[in-house]
Amino acid sequence: MKNQFKDNPQLLPLLCKIDKLIELSERKGKRFNFMEICGTHTVSILKHGFRSYFKDKIKFISGPGCPVCVTSQKDMDRVIALAKSGVKIATFGDLIKVPGSHSSLEEQQALGKQIDVVYSPLDCLKIAENADEEVVFIAVGFETTIPVIASLVLDAERMNIKNLSILAIIKTIPNALKFLLANLETEIDGFICPGHVSVIIGEQPYNIIPEKYGIPCAIAGFDPVDIALGIESLITQIKDKNPIVANRYKRMVKLDGNPAARNLINEVFEEDDVDWRGFGKVPASGLKLRKRFAKFDADKKFDIKVETTSEPKGCICGEIIAGKKLPAECQLFAKKCTPDSPVGPCMVSFEGSCAAFYKYGE
Amino acid sequence: MCLAVPYKIISTDDTKAIADVFGVRKEIDIRVIENVNVDDYVLVHAGFAIQKMSQKEAKITLKLLREVSEKSI
Ligand code: SF4
Repeated sequence: MKNQFKDNPQLLPLLCKIDKLIELSERKGKRFNFMEICGTHTVSILKHGFRSYFKDKIKFISGPGCPVCVTSQKDMDRVIALAKSGVKIATFGDLIKVPGSHSSLEEQQALGKQIDVVYSPLDCLKIAENADEEVVFIAVGFETTIPVIASLVLDAERMNIKNLSILAIIKTIPNALKFLLANLETEIDGFICPGHVSVIIGEQPYNIIPEKYGIPCAIAGFDPVDIALGIESLITQIKDKNPIVANRYKRMVKLDGNPAARNLINEVFEEDDVDWRGFGKVPASGLKLRKRFAKFDADKKFDIKVETTSEPKGCICGEIIAGKKLPAECQLFAKKCTPDSPVGPCMVSFEGSCAAFYKYGE
Repeated sequence: MCLAVPYKIISTDDTKAIADVFGVRKEIDIRVIENVNVDDYVLVHAGFAIQKMSQKEAKITLKLLREVSEKSI
């Protein structure tokens, strides 16, 4: 994997600089614990060999940043119950294989239920216009995705589409991070903050992390140089004992994010306490539709009943999401659980920790 | 799931645009981006532009994406 580094003329000097900074930071052999919040960073850090390169110096801990993985078992069961009830489901492809307690969308599709995979939530407008039956979009996502979900609802209202609704399983990052920080079991020395979530929310929501907890933050992009820049910033902050929110993805992330996108979100949604796999209920860490949009709320439109909910036996996704364990610590990893026959959501999603370790693991 | 890809704007029509990535044209939504012009690059997630980007940045990102997709095929 290090060969990839050799091919990259920008990366080598950066890595040398990081190695020097680590020496100067007087850690005396103690590893840094860095959490990357975003699933796309988890994949990139593994794929480009950062984990192995910094093996003795940095421990990378994956955070709760894979929307599919953090969807609770109960919410997944609600999605499957809706599919069973005969409405037409429109969903991102990532959710198809996620196992619920008793079935999956894939299985329901094989049984003849109508499940359409969409590239954009806005595709649901045409699907609903061409359908006689009710269409429900399974609205999963973080801040990157919420503006387009809000646009779907606004357009459906404007076009007076009556047979379309969304099942909101929407989560937001800042309050989830606050919860994570208040309940930390391992010491975190720095956060690599998500790139595309930050395009929407900007730098400000992370300020509480250095200010209240004294932990450095670096917003980073996704290519190897971006990630190295993020790591370099975190270690510099530690060495100088000056924790801040450093923006290493300035070309995309503005100080104030994208206010127009946030206005859309605020017009359509309001804060809600929601369930996270691995965390349980987290105050104000998700969104629900405002009253004005009640007619587009699948929760209000349909009586969604779930049978008993049970986590997949032996699966430790919850602990992996909370940064407490690594995929290899799961007894099913790469044995009973593989991307072809996943037991838990962390093996389904391309950016789930288990799938990333399976594909690029050490 | 938060992946986003640079698209080049081919034409615009109010809040919609036709845009190109790797020679494939798609309709995208540009309602939260100000002053979008033909030949601009925007970062697109799920058919929705979330930020403008420079041509230089777009080219670097596209090169990386091409490498990734060639390797994973
Ligand atoms: S390897 Fe499979 S069963 Fe184990 S934690 Fe990961 S997804 Fe769950």
